[in-house]
Amino acid sequence: MIAFDIGLDLFPMLAGTLAAVGCGVLGNFLVLRRLSLMGDAISHSVLPGLVIAFLVASSRNPMVMMAGAAVAGVVTVVLVELVKKLGRVEPGAAMGVVFSVLFALGVLLIERAAVRHVDLDADCVLHGQLETLVWYGAPETLGGLLSLETLGSVPRQVTVLAVMAVLAIAFTALLFKELRIAAFDPDLATSQGVNATVMHYLLMVFVAAATVASFEAVGSILVIAMLICPAATARVLTDRLGTQVVCSVAVALVCGTGGYLAATAVPAAFGLDAVNAAGSMSVTAGGVLTLAIIAGPRHGLIARLVRRHRLAARVARDDLLTLLFREAEAGLELVTDERIRAGLAGRPVEAAIRNAARAGLVHRRGPAVALTPIGTTTAASIIRRHRLWENYLVDQVGLAPDHVHAVAEQLEHVPPSPPAGPTEDPHGRQIP
Amino acid sequence: MGGHGAAAFRPAGDGSHGSSPGSSPGSSLADVTDTLPSLHEIIETATFRAGFNTNMVILGTALLGLAAGVIGVFMLLRKRSMTTDALSHATLPGIVIAFLVAERLGFEGRSLPVLLLGAAVTGVLGVVCIQAILRHSRLREDAAIGIVLSVFFGAGIVGLSYVQANAPSGSGGLNTFIYGQAATLGLADVALMGGIAAAGIVAALLLLKEFTLVCFNDAFARVDGWQVRAIDLAMLGLVVLVTVAGLQAVGLVLVVAMLIIPAVAARFWTDRLWVLIIAAGAIGASSGYLGSVLSALLPRKPAGAVIVLTAGAFFVVSFVGAPKRGVLAASARRLGLTLRIAGDHLLEAGHEAESEALSKNELRQTARERGWSAALRVLVVLWLRRARLVTRTAAGGLRLTAGGLERGERVARNHALWEQYLISHADVAPSHVDWSVDQVEHVLSEDLVRELEAELSLAAASSRADNRQRGGS
Repeated sequence: MIAFDIGLDLFPMLAGTLAAVGCGVLGNFLVLRRLSLMGDAISHSVLPGLVIAFLVASSRNPMVMMAGAAVAGVVTVVLVELVKKLGRVEPGAAMGVVFSVLFALGVLLIERAAVRHVDLDADCVLHGQLETLVWYGAPETLGGLLSLETLGSVPRQVTVLAVMAVLAIAFTALLFKELRIAAFDPDLATSQGVNATVMHYLLMVFVAAATVASFEAVGSILVIAMLICPAATARVLTDRLGTQVVCSVAVALVCGTGGYLAATAVPAAFGLDAVNAAGSMSVTAGGVLTLAIIAGPRHGLIARLVRRHRLAARVARDDLLTLLFREAEAGLELVTDERIRAGLAGRPVEAAIRNAARAGLVHRRGPAVALTPIGTTTAASIIRRHRLWENYLVDQVGLAPDHVHAVAEQLEHVPPSPPAGPTEDPHGRQIP
Repeated sequence: MGGHGAAAFRPAGDGSHGSSPGSSPGSSLADVTDTLPSLHEIIETATFRAGFNTNMVILGTALLGLAAGVIGVFMLLRKRSMTTDALSHATLPGIVIAFLVAERLGFEGRSLPVLLLGAAVTGVLGVVCIQAILRHSRLREDAAIGIVLSVFFGAGIVGLSYVQANAPSGSGGLNTFIYGQAATLGLADVALMGGIAAAGIVAALLLLKEFTLVCFNDAFARVDGWQVRAIDLAMLGLVVLVTVAGLQAVGLVLVVAMLIIPAVAARFWTDRLWVLIIAAGAIGASSGYLGSVLSALLPRKPAGAVIVLTAGAFFVVSFVGAPKRGVLAASARRLGLTLRIAGDHLLEAGHEAESEALSKNELRQTARERGWSAALRVLVVLWLRRARLVTRTAAGGLRLTAGGLERGERVARNHALWEQYLISHADVAPSHVDWSVDQVEHVLSEDLVRELEAELSLAAASSRADNRQRGGS
């Protein structure tokens, strides 16, 4: 059983997970539109917005700070566009210029705030301060949570994050069609009456808002991680946008709770103090993504390796069958292993023979191999494809007859066979 | 801890600045404006006479700016500016790990070379991860950069919090690498920074040909037998050097600015690579120099942020005021072209009018047909009058001067010539030529007009000859 203290752990974990979900949903469209780094830029450059809002309002009123940061987020987007368009600067560089200057401005302004005895800590902006969300007087058991008192003692940060997560999900669900068309084909979207520019800015406003809402509790690094990693993980796992969005929410949930538990429980098991939870959630997200890249069902490294291996085995088997078929055409029914090895140079001959024998396509006679009746039919259809392709390449594409074999050798493995056609290939051999 | 950088990140109520008169809580903005330094102080600081420590800071950051500017050019041209951001964030876990390993082995964990070595190792690892993600998944470069940046930095933060809570001697000072702490630079630090920066510049200049080739045409480089990946790796290696050198001075969040901004700013001024490298190096060095002088003169100004803002100021000046690519120059050019074209249209209309003048109504009608805004209409008339191509009539219309008539005739002639050319040589239907001709007529050169005249009169002559022959037979 993992040590879980409701008073110490519930709200920080909830805050981290809610932030992860809110950012994760929106991140899908950033990753799709290659705007991932916009999340990075925005989350850095809201810093001056926060500080200016504070200096102007002279208080830590969360609404004022949020408004300031949201304005800074939108200003960032507009400035990046301006630098990109008017200055003809490459997008990445434009982002780098804008966000680093704004961030430097923020660091400088924090200095001013510090003069006025303000607890605006630049480190917190990056790390967040999840650990401060302690619930004093929390019930001892999970059952004790089921009371109205629980609602009353939810800290403001958690409420804000919950509202933000709900808004982000609602935004994505309600405008899913519009977001999708604007993401895949902005021109088509505009011609269909969906203003792609408006959708772009709307998305950016939501990203800025999610960044700001997450700031106080989890810090900007987790925001960047959660905007990009869950969506990227989902993108690796699936080809459908709807599935991807749902999948990214699941990944965000896993990263939020799993990352938090890893930060508290794992060090505790070694008798050490807990580590930074926001950082641990980012690392968890990285781990989940790595896992998806390696073990994903269709696009994963392993899946692709297996596919490639299977294809290679099938091609080797096909080549074995056609080799035996050609020898049979020349009158040699039994072909020795040695001859086969010469014909299939560099390929795993033994495995190919075993493979074909198991499928009942060839049978072994001492040191030689022959086609079975089924094997002959299968080989004939492959040869048929090969020779028909050669015909096509000579007649229709206009290649010279002595240049078509290599191409046909690759295409012969792709079914289906055409039903009827000529009876002789360009080399004068019969088409079975 | 101490000096400028530390004050920024200390929590409220810290004694370090509690005694200054402007720091009472709730005081207005005016109270916290800094006391300006005297001219004497400014000159002292700017000419390296303000004490050893300050000199070290100024020298170190100027060197860093120079190296970052030069190497940033290649990252900009290779369109890899944001890769540097991932790289600099990826140095944090390396710093922590180097510290822990050194402590465990019984060395002094906070020795700078050890920490920077660790930073370089994970920085390179971050770049390798980006390449691996691009190679083995279908994620794009922007996502890969963001992933590496946030995951590595998250790992660094986890490590920092671990060190803070569990290491026997505490983490004291490791987190200064995040925002930098130029004020504490000593001679050894500056020597190390300067050495790294100088090595970076020399290596960049030695590899100039290879870098240029890969930046401008990597496909050609590959075909020509160059090891593009090795060259790219060398380039990133130099970026790692500069990043690591800059960690202590400006911090890992802002060191990316030193690599990107000078190069982008310099790009506005020139199209030549050599000039670009020299200008970026100069802008970087001046940002480092001016920024650290400013931060030494004004109290409570962290050097890293001031340096980046100085570089930002260079960028804004270049963005707005550069002679060819700057926004002002580009807008002026565009306005000039718009005015000339609109003026030509107006003169053409005046030339076609029998009275060789345009009444107020005709002027408005032309403006409406051409879709001009009211401001453009007024500007065009002003421009034509200043160029003495039209005069104002008593009734508020425009009368063309001799020069205006001549020009109007030329425009009308160009229009007709090009129209004729399109109809007879490009097979465009007569009903479709007017619109495209309206755009081309303004840019026909003298030579082209002469060529068109010759071509069209030849065609006309031959068609006349054809007709005669046909008539004769």
